[in-house]
Amino acid sequence: MKPNNSAKLRSPLSVAVGHGSAKHGFSHWWWQRLSAIALIPLTLWFLYSLTCLVGADYQTVINWLSSPINAGIMLMFTLTALYHGQTGLQVVIEDYVGAKWLNLSLLILIKLGAAAMAVLATIAVLKVVLGG
Amino acid sequence: MQKERPLSPHLQVYRPTLNMVLSMSHRITGSVLAISTPLLVYWLLTLAAGPDAYNELLDCLSHWFFKVVLLAYVFSMSYHLCNGVRHLFWDVGRGYQNEQVTQSGVIAIVVALILTLSIYLLAITTGGA
Repeated sequence: MKPNNSAKLRSPLSVAVGHGSAKHGFSHWWWQRLSAIALIPLTLWFLYSLTCLVGADYQTVINWLSSPINAGIMLMFTLTALYHGQTGLQVVIEDYVGAKWLNLSLLILIKLGAAAMAVLATIAVLKVVLGG
Repeated sequence: MQKERPLSPHLQVYRPTLNMVLSMSHRITGSVLAISTPLLVYWLLTLAAGPDAYNELLDCLSHWFFKVVLLAYVFSMSYHLCNGVRHLFWDVGRGYQNEQVTQSGVIAIVVALILTLSIYLLAITTGGA
């Protein structure tokens, strides 16, 4: 797009101020932190639950996950972990994968992969809690 | 044609320090945890699929190799959790003094070990892992 006359009269600084960087740095940073904070209690709950469920048989685990509270927190943990995980993998890929095509392919893979996992986890937990 | 530039983290030129190792471990454990989330989803899917699928998974997990993997998974999660709290403190501008960084690093690793060990002990006493 060609700059119009009014844009020409503005200094480069005034054009840039308030627009942030060219990418989506802050939003990525912020949501990674927000999911991290949510994961503190959720991870402790998950580790505790995992400990209690070690060695339990099928019916015991089903009874446990059939409680709406447990199912709800389990989904919150899984979905938040999937979200947080893909933000982290994105940073690792952006930092270490040099080749443009591989970089982009991996980013697409982790984003779509996390979305697919989120759908599968939701269906699985809902099926158990609704007794299907 | 891309120029042959040196890549940023050429770590082999530095003598490893505690904080360097902790920082790399944060990324490594984070990547491992993120890549293994499909296993968590698989566990949920076998639960939804019924007792046969679930018992098959339990049979598989009863092998000593998978018990070690599971323990490593629990440690990765505990460590990433503890070290992540350090990062959140740094994000709000706290704990940047050299002694504080070392101190919080030691605390993170000790708490992660205690967490992993107590989970292991609880699991072998109550469960039958």
